[in-house]
Amino acid sequence: MLRIQFITIAVNILFVLYISRLIIKGKLREEYAIVWVICTLFLLLFSFWTDGLELLRKLTGVVVAANLVFTGFIFAILVYLLHLSVVASKLYNDNKKLGQEISLLKEKFNKHLEEQKS
Amino acid sequence: MPGKVLIVIPCYNEEASLPILLPELLSTKLPHGYELQAAIINDCSKDNTVAVARKYEVTVLDLPVNLGIGGAVQTGIRFARDNNFDLAIQLDGDGQHPPKELAKLINYHIETGANVVIGSRFIEKEGFQSSFARRLGIQYFHWLNRLLTGQAIYDSTSGFRLFDRKAIALAAASYPDEYPEPESLVVFSKAGLKVAEVAVVMAARQGGQSSIRSFGSLYYCIKVTLAMFFSFIRKP
Repeated sequence: MLRIQFITIAVNILFVLYISRLIIKGKLREEYAIVWVICTLFLLLFSFWTDGLELLRKLTGVVVAANLVFTGFIFAILVYLLHLSVVASKLYNDNKKLGQEISLLKEKFNKHLEEQKS
Repeated sequence: MPGKVLIVIPCYNEEASLPILLPELLSTKLPHGYELQAAIINDCSKDNTVAVARKYEVTVLDLPVNLGIGGAVQTGIRFARDNNFDLAIQLDGDGQHPPKELAKLINYHIETGANVVIGSRFIEKEGFQSSFARRLGIQYFHWLNRLLTGQAIYDSTSGFRLFDRKAIALAAASYPDEYPEPESLVVFSKAGLKVAEVAVVMAARQGGQSSIRSFGSLYYCIKVTLAMFFSFIRKP
């Protein structure tokens, strides 16, 4: 086994372990972890199966294998960023609703307190 | 049909202008039979807006997070819906919209039966008219609004507007967040509401800053154009 292969595999395994730890501790919701787990699995697959990349390169007609890796990963990252924007938008809307509801409730509560006083 | 009117006043750091605006507003005479109540929506101000507002006979809705003008106005509209108001009128907290002009909006609503009445600076050229660049932008939105809604609204960016029950129900359910004025008109006309415009005289702001300033104005134009376009193609 090549030294670089060994390093990639080790880093990958550490990454998977870290993701699992985050999920177990409740710091990362599973639906967001899926993407990361799949990414690591891909990396792991190609660190073991070094001919795989060469095969994919020939299949897609890309001249330099590294470009295939970059294109693939940059696209995946873009899609994931878009997904994060969707998540942020949903959070914003939920926050807005909560904020409005709180201000309306506060007003009701204050009115109620004043009525009780008088 | 007379009824209860809620004046929705979105405020961000308006402690300086409220003591001028509120006494004037609370002593304003509305057309016969209409009863005025004011709601200050404090959009998480950094100054004493809430303390200042509580000195007057007004409802104070205190937002725990800063929602921007759209979210703040919607809070007031939701209050109007929940408390069974017949009309809601948005009036900016910075003193640009003189309370004595309120009667014009209500009378125009009674005359025309329009669901939304906008107080416009441009039908008659009187009072504060704002800078050239801003008027150019307003021209552009006038054109875009006519294209998307088929209604000729001259002052689509004016925040001085009246909502009737139908418009209140619609805006309480969905109202744009950032720079909501031109976009909400698309939403209203798509829902089949009638939007009308009446000339009012506006003042230059007494305090605070406009939410739209120099370098942000290009962003404003692009953002609002996109928002209006997507509101237009969105299914109601």
